[in-house]
Amino acid sequence: MFHRARTQLRVLARDRVLFAVVIAIFVALAVFVVYPLVLVLLSSFRTPTGFGLDNFELIARRRLYRNALMNSLSVGALVGLLGVILGYVAAFVLGRTKVPGKRLLHMLTILPIISPPFSGAISILFLFGFNGLITRQLLGLHDFRIYGFFGVVLSQVFTFAPIAYLSLRGVLSSINPTLEDAALNIGANRWQVFWRVTFPLSLPGVASAFLVVFIESMADFGNPLVLAGAAFPMLAPQAYLEITGSFNLARGAMLAVVLLIPSMTAFAIQRAYLSRRQYVTVTGKPSATVSQAVAPFAKWLLYAVVVLFAVVVVMFYAVILVGASTRVWGYDYHLSLQHFAYVFDVAFDTVKDTLIVAVVSTPISGILGMLIAFLVVRRSFPGKGAMEFGSILNFAVPGTVVGIGYILAFNRLPLLLTGTLLILVLNFVFRYVPVGIQSGIAVLRQIDPSIEEAAQNLGADGLTTFRKVTLPLIGPAFFSGLVFAFVRAMTAISAAIFLVSANWNLMTVQILNEVGSGRLGVAAAFSMVLLAIVLSAIVVIDLLVGRRADVASTIRF
Amino acid sequence: MATDLRIDRLRKEFESPGGETVVAVNDVSLDIEKGALVTLLGPSGCGKTTLLRLIAGFEEPTGGDIYFGDRRVNDEAPNVRDSAMVFQSYAIFPHLSVFENVAFGLRLKRGSRHGLRERVGRVLELVGLGALGDRSPSQLSGGQQQRVALARCIVMEPRLLLFDEPLSNLDAKLREQMRLEIRDLQQRLGITSVYVTHDQVEAMSISDVLVVMNGGTVEQIGSPSEVYARPANRFVADFIGKVNFVDAIFTGRAVDVAGVRWPLPDAPDLAEGSRVTLVLRPEAILMSTTDGPLRGTVRRTVFLGNHAEYLVEVEGVGELVIDETDPTDRGMRTAGDTVFLSPAAEALHVLPAES
Repeated sequence: MFHRARTQLRVLARDRVLFAVVIAIFVALAVFVVYPLVLVLLSSFRTPTGFGLDNFELIARRRLYRNALMNSLSVGALVGLLGVILGYVAAFVLGRTKVPGKRLLHMLTILPIISPPFSGAISILFLFGFNGLITRQLLGLHDFRIYGFFGVVLSQVFTFAPIAYLSLRGVLSSINPTLEDAALNIGANRWQVFWRVTFPLSLPGVASAFLVVFIESMADFGNPLVLAGAAFPMLAPQAYLEITGSFNLARGAMLAVVLLIPSMTAFAIQRAYLSRRQYVTVTGKPSATVSQAVAPFAKWLLYAVVVLFAVVVVMFYAVILVGASTRVWGYDYHLSLQHFAYVFDVAFDTVKDTLIVAVVSTPISGILGMLIAFLVVRRSFPGKGAMEFGSILNFAVPGTVVGIGYILAFNRLPLLLTGTLLILVLNFVFRYVPVGIQSGIAVLRQIDPSIEEAAQNLGADGLTTFRKVTLPLIGPAFFSGLVFAFVRAMTAISAAIFLVSANWNLMTVQILNEVGSGRLGVAAAFSMVLLAIVLSAIVVIDLLVGRRADVASTIRF
Repeated sequence: MATDLRIDRLRKEFESPGGETVVAVNDVSLDIEKGALVTLLGPSGCGKTTLLRLIAGFEEPTGGDIYFGDRRVNDEAPNVRDSAMVFQSYAIFPHLSVFENVAFGLRLKRGSRHGLRERVGRVLELVGLGALGDRSPSQLSGGQQQRVALARCIVMEPRLLLFDEPLSNLDAKLREQMRLEIRDLQQRLGITSVYVTHDQVEAMSISDVLVVMNGGTVEQIGSPSEVYARPANRFVADFIGKVNFVDAIFTGRAVDVAGVRWPLPDAPDLAEGSRVTLVLRPEAILMSTTDGPLRGTVRRTVFLGNHAEYLVEVEGVGELVIDETDPTDRGMRTAGDTVFLSPAAEALHVLPAES
C-alpha cells in the first residue's frame, strides 16, 4: 500500500511540471472547496459559550425552521416526481418516436436550462401575481395568492424538468431498440413491451434523474425567494435571511447543514448506486432508434404534452419580453424601451461586472476541468480518488452552503477576498468545474490511451501531452464544459448572492432586487439581456472551439 | 558487437482486482546487439507487451534494471527515453495532418526545428507517403496509417525502435508486404529494434533473434532457425510451427521408437535408457508407399495448394501430422492408403520427457 504510493509518487515526480500542477490542484481544492465546508460545519455547532448542538435543537423548538425543512423536502419530492414524468415523456417522444418539429421542440424544452433559474418565477408573477394577466385581468380575482407551495412547485417544475429531460434522453436512446422489436416479435403487445422491457431498462436512469432534480430543487434559491412568500419558509432562502437579515451566522450555518444532509444523501445514492448501473458503451453500430412500442393514439397524446410544455416555455418568455418592453404591466401596455434604458444607463455596471466574472471564470473552469479529468483517467498518484471526489463535491453542495462557507472562510486575513472580483471567480470556477470533469472523464475513457502514450514517447512531457493531444481530442467535452461554466456563471445566484458587493454586482442578484422592490419590468428587461448574452456566448464558444469537436469522431481508434 | 539494450533480471508485478499479485514479467534478462531486430514472441498474456512497455517507460518495474547502452534508464520518464514506439492501434493523432504527425516529435525536441521540413519530407518519401503530407489521418487506409506511425518514429532517429504488434490490424496480404518493408527499412537504417508479436510466421520472417516467452518468463532465445529446429522445450516446439511429439527411449546416439531404432544427428546430454520426447516437424517425415521403418494408415487428407497435410495413424506410435509438398504433381493420397514412414535423420530433435 505505502510502497505503491511511494512508487507512484516517484514516477510522478519525474515530470516536474505535472507534479507541481497536481500539488497546486490539491491545495486549491483544499482551500476553496473543503475548507469553506468545514467552516460551515464548525460554525453550525458554535454557541455563545463554545460548541454544542444548541443550534440544531432550534429545528425541534421553532416552528419556522421545522416548517422550512418540511417545505423544502416536500417541494423537492413533488418537483422531482413531476419533473421526471414530464422529462420522461419529452425524452420518449423526442428521442424515440417519429414526430414533426423535433428539433424545435428540443430547443424549446431545454431553453429554461440556460435562463436565470428564476425567470419562470418572474413570468408566473406576471401571469398569476397581484396584477397577474390571468388571475386579475382575465379572471378578475382580487384575493388570489400565487405565493407558497403551488407557486414554487410550478416555477421549479418549469425550471428543472428540462434537466430530467436531458438525462433521460441519454438513457432512453442508449436502450437498444432491437430489444423492443424482439419482445414484439415473440408476442408481447406494446403495453407489455413498454412496461416490461423499456421502462425497467430505463429505471436506473429515472431514479437518477429524480435525485438530480430533487437536489436541484432543494438547493434552489431564486424561485423560493421570489415565490415562497413569508408564510411558506424554505431552507435556502431562510439561511440567507438569517445571515443577511439577522446577522446570525451560526443559525444560517446550521440551516445550511440541514440543507446539506438530504442533498448529500441523494448525491451519494446517485453516484454510488445508480450512475454505475447506467454505464453505456458506445458500440458504433448504427441502429434505428425509432420505437415501435407505442400506439399512434398514445404517441400523439404524449406529443401533445410535449407541445404543451413548449407552448408554456414560449408563453413564459413572451410574457417576459412583453413585460420588459411595455410601460407598466397590467395598466399600460404601450411599447416602451424605458426598462431596457434603465438597464443600460443606470445598471450597466452590473452587466459589465457579470460579463467580466463570466469571461474570466469560464476558460479557467473549462481548462481546470479537462486537466483534472486527464489526471484522474490517465495518471496514477496517491490521493487520486480524493482529488476526483473533492473536485465534484461542490456539485452536490447547495450554493447557499458554498456561499456561507466562502464568507466564513475569506473574510479575514490572510485570505481577505470578500468584496473582490477574485472571490466571485473562484466560487464559479470551483462550483461549476464538476460538469466539465465528468464529461471530460466520460470522453477520455473512450479514447485509446496509446494516442497520449505516443505523444509522450515522442518526447512530450505531461503538460505538453495534455495541451497538444488530450485537449484537442476531448474537444466536445471541453466545449460542453465551457458552455456550462459560462451559462452558470451568468445565471447563478444562490452562492453568488452572499459574495456580491458594491464593487462587483451580478445581474441575477440585481434581478432579484428589482423583483423585491416591485420593478418587474426592469427585472424582465434584465432577464432578456441576460438571455441574449448567454445565447450569443454559446454561438461564440461554438465558433471558437466547437469546430474542432468533430475531428475526433472522424477516425477509428 | 556493442550491446544497445540490456535488460537485467527485470520484474513486473501487478495487483489483480482480487488482491493477488500477478507476475507479468518474471526476472527476464536479455542483451540486444546494435542494429539487431529482436522479436518477443508468445501467446497473449505471456508478458511480451508488458516487457516492451517497461522498455519504453510506460510501466514501472518492480525490480531489475534497463540499460540503453551503458546508461541505466529506470528513472527516466518515457518522454526522455531515446526510444520510439509503433503502437498496435497506430495511435495517430487524429487532429493533426500526416505531416504534423511526423513532425510532432521534432517540434518538441530542442535544436531539431532547423531543417524540419526536409527531414519530415525525406522520411515520408522513405515510407512511400511523399505526396500525402497534407492529408488528414482519417483519409488514409490502414496500411498508410501504419506507415505514418512508422515514419513518426523513424524521423526521431531513436536509439531504439519498439513495435507493439504493429500489423495485427491489417489484412493478411498487406501484413506480409508491410513486414517486408519494416524489415527492409530497419536493416537499411540499422536501428536496433524490439518487435512484439504473437504471430510466429511474422516473427520468423522478420527477426534476427527470437525471444519466446510464456507466463512471464523467457523459454528460449535464438535465431529463428535454431528455435524452429532445436526448440528448448515442448512449449516452444508446440508454439512455433506444427509439431508431432512422439514418446521414445534414449539409447546413446539413437532413440528407440516403437521398437525401431533411429540414429540422432547430435548427442544430447541425457542418461541412457531415459524416456524422451521426439520432436518431429510434419515436413521432416518422409512418406513412401513401398518401404520405411514405420507403417501407418492415412486417416484424413487436407489439400492446401502448395502442400498437402495428412493425418496418419501409425502402429505403436499414434496419430502423426505429415506434410508433403507439390501434391498436384505427386498426386494426393487417399484415406485408407497404407504408407511407410521414415524420419529425415538430420531433423530429429529430442527433449527430456516432461512428466
